[in-house]
Amino acid sequence: MNWSQLFTSSIGKKIVMSVTGLFLISFLVVHMGVNACIYKDFFDPSDNGDMFNRAADYMGKTVVIRLMEIVLFAGFFIHIIQGLVLEFQNRSKRKLGYQVQMGNKGSKWYSRSMGLLGTILLLFLLLHWWHFWIPSRFTERGLENPVLLSNGRVSHDMFHLMKATFSEWWIVIVYIAGCISLAWHLMHGFQSAFRTLGLHNDRFFKLVNAFGIGFSVVVPLIFALMPLSFKMGWIG
Amino acid sequence: MTHKNINLKLKVWKQKNSKSAGNFETFVVKDISTEMSFLEMFDVLNERLIGEGKEPIAFDHDCREGICGTCSMYINGRPHGPWHATTTCQLHMRAFNDGDTIVVEPWRANAFQVIKDLMVDRSAFDRIIQAGGFISVNTGNAVDANSMPVEKDKADASFAAAACIGCGACVAACKNSSAMLFVSAKVTHLALLPQGSPERRTRALNMVAQMDKEGFGSCTNTGACEAVCPKEISIENIARLNKEYLMAGLTLEK
Repeated sequence: MNWSQLFTSSIGKKIVMSVTGLFLISFLVVHMGVNACIYKDFFDPSDNGDMFNRAADYMGKTVVIRLMEIVLFAGFFIHIIQGLVLEFQNRSKRKLGYQVQMGNKGSKWYSRSMGLLGTILLLFLLLHWWHFWIPSRFTERGLENPVLLSNGRVSHDMFHLMKATFSEWWIVIVYIAGCISLAWHLMHGFQSAFRTLGLHNDRFFKLVNAFGIGFSVVVPLIFALMPLSFKMGWIG
Repeated sequence: MTHKNINLKLKVWKQKNSKSAGNFETFVVKDISTEMSFLEMFDVLNERLIGEGKEPIAFDHDCREGICGTCSMYINGRPHGPWHATTTCQLHMRAFNDGDTIVVEPWRANAFQVIKDLMVDRSAFDRIIQAGGFISVNTGNAVDANSMPVEKDKADASFAAAACIGCGACVAACKNSSAMLFVSAKVTHLALLPQGSPERRTRALNMVAQMDKEGFGSCTNTGACEAVCPKEISIENIARLNKEYLMAGLTLEK
């Protein structure tokens, strides 16, 4: 048993999926925390996105965070490639299918559709990068007017880029659809990751599963409210 | 439940051998007693086909008591038919209504080649067992059972896993054709007992390696296997196998 055998066997590939998946879940928490700073505007309109812009500035200018960004990209890359490989390999294991499908007799539709949900999330991710990550890192599209932060630094005005981006209904709807896909993906993925890592204790599994269901609802909901809040004028 | 006779339409997979392509053929069966088992209904049909000079439908069966794991039919989109925790031989015709159409297919998986009609080759399971599903015992008298204390909960969990009859319904139900429920039951059965502990790590690694070699897919924890298992083997065992495999992979010295 060498290392490559351990991580390329049928179980090994799943271990890679679960470890990268849990890492991406931890990223979601950070991403959500930073972005939730936009809600300051809801309680204090005079903030005008300052709190969020300061948080975004910190994330963009801190060396450790920038190094973690590389790890994050590696995590995304491995999770996506491995997921697609597994999906196609698993499908190839039954060349001739059934006339009558089992359907929902015994499993949930979203558990069986992780490949599809993941592909929707990948497409959403590409659009999301185009909207925010690429302008902030490279093109400065929509960020031509820097903003003076309350801590004295001059930074990209990500808050108003969000506001401008979410002024169109189709973008708001696509983002909400992305969040719904994320919710279903997490609904299966959260508990499945722990199963794959060997959590068989029923007491602990129930705890993890309950937490996972809550996480899968709350996190995508907070994300989905962001484009909606801008569009409805609740903030910004 | 009152006894009655029913008429049914069967759409059954017919395939000459593993090389040829198969197709569905329709058979009408009449006056089937609701007290009959599903296999007895097939016996009645085959008797008639033989009488008519036609070839009977080939299907696997042995004990007809629900304990051997030989019968294997995918009935109306579910391995072993509509009843929970039931093998095909224990499925009775009272599960169906007069006039029903029943679609009967063989287990479908690349690792389970169709031999003929509804019979599939499940020798892949035997080879997985040969790879590690055993304990090595030195010759001599059997050790007195009571001299080896086993925690009650572990004994119960081991026994529950040992109930697996290796029918292959888990593979048939899984969208990935994964054999993980079967392998995990066999690994759990021995891993929880002191007799199984000397070979615990190599067993998990070798059985998974053989499972992969046979062409079964990866487990994605959908739970379809657990839902159709005639012996109600829990999906918890799969998590336990994952742990056994990971621990063995990380701790073995070579």
